[in-house]
Amino acid sequence: MKVGVLALQGAFAAHQSRLASLDVAAPAVRVPADLDGLDGVVLPGGESTTMSRLLITSGLHEPLRAAINAGLATFGTCAGMILCATDVHDGRADQVGFDQIDMTVQRNGYGRQLDSFEADLDVAGLDAPFHAVFIRAPLVERAGDDVEVLARHEGRPVLLRDRRCTVAAFHPELTDDARLHEQFVAAI
Amino acid sequence: MSDSPAMTRTTGTFPVKSGLAEMMKGGVIMDVVTPGQAKVAEDAGAVAVMALERVPADIRRDGGVARMSDPEMISGIQDAVSIPVMAKARIGHFVEAQILAALGVDFVDESEVLTPADEAHHIDKWAFDVPFVCGATNLGEALRRISEGAAMIRSKGEAGTGNVIEAVRHLRSIIGDMRRITQADSAELFDWAKRLQAPLPLVQEIAQTGTLPVPLFCAGGIATPADAALAMQLGAEAVFVGSGIFKSDDPETRAKAIVEATTHYNDAGILAKVSRGLGAPMTGIEMDDVNQRYAERGW
Repeated sequence: MKVGVLALQGAFAAHQSRLASLDVAAPAVRVPADLDGLDGVVLPGGESTTMSRLLITSGLHEPLRAAINAGLATFGTCAGMILCATDVHDGRADQVGFDQIDMTVQRNGYGRQLDSFEADLDVAGLDAPFHAVFIRAPLVERAGDDVEVLARHEGRPVLLRDRRCTVAAFHPELTDDARLHEQFVAAI
Repeated sequence: MSDSPAMTRTTGTFPVKSGLAEMMKGGVIMDVVTPGQAKVAEDAGAVAVMALERVPADIRRDGGVARMSDPEMISGIQDAVSIPVMAKARIGHFVEAQILAALGVDFVDESEVLTPADEAHHIDKWAFDVPFVCGATNLGEALRRISEGAAMIRSKGEAGTGNVIEAVRHLRSIIGDMRRITQADSAELFDWAKRLQAPLPLVQEIAQTGTLPVPLFCAGGIATPADAALAMQLGAEAVFVGSGIFKSDDPETRAKAIVEATTHYNDAGILAKVSRGLGAPMTGIEMDDVNQRYAERGW
């Protein structure tokens, strides 16, 4: 099992160590050659505007989009969720992504850093609540009819899935709870 | 799945503070003095901007007391960009920090680049919901700042010089001592804590993990893509670039190149490509000619 972690910028190292703790090889993905032989990919949190720029300059945008379109299992957290959404509010005009999930997200929709927070979530398929950390998180304004909502916070979707792509507005890589990574890996 | 929405929401915790620092890893934080410069930084791919009145090179040239920036100028930069905005408070000046928090800045830099306000005490950063970054020249200083509540450490380097030698010295000192601590036995850790003048539990934690409990970034003297990659290869997790961008001939091009170099820091082919044709870097200062060592401020 080999799950690449997009390592252009952001919290990629935390995802890599979490996957390594599950005995999954988790190479960093920075250039197109790093995509060879992957069974899945994690798009980490960070600044989506920075990642968008680096996706272009690194030449990764087109081949990674093609791989995800072809069914590469994908887990996007925070900025990674923004990269997977079809519609982004308050993004840059030239911002690129992967258009995987029919949803509208508002960048930094929960506010500035002082509005960042922790909360317990009830997650579909998990017996006990999942403790989640939200950092300048994207706010899901709309989820398409075909999109599965796996968790909500204060009524808003925060964990969603469509086919082979799962996205979270929060950071499962920043807490000790490995259950969401286990679910993602098990479904590959 | 329960239908009742979860209503709990806890703000200002340490995981929330250090979490934002985690999101900036692998990125470049750029000093800006106007909304226009902030846009250039965001366009180039900066992960955050540091809003200040004068870049360190100008503070160095002008002399006098350097203080927190005008809130109007900080608000203007907050309105201009969507990436996080940081701002500097003087060492020990907790009221400047309170004002910056009231402005809603995303990170406060308790910075030696400004003139210190207290010669014995740093800010009690646990008292704030906003995260703080502090400079350090060695591991003891880093651990004292973490014990005061800092959510990010940056090696100090020597700001406004365009000379990377001090940043390298401080990074090597911090990371080298952490490497040595992982080799120490449990009895030796007491001596390490005493010599570093640092809390024993933090020293014991480093013995286990080999790293700081918060992200370690590099600042002070980075002027080229190669400088940024050097800091990253030495073990920094992101870089601050102050005077190095907007004191160069072509800030837009240089900013983009430093962003790419920070991501691809281990790929000499890419570093060679992005280092071409950037125009002149900031002139820089040899350390013997530095009139005031900012890194010596703080304790």
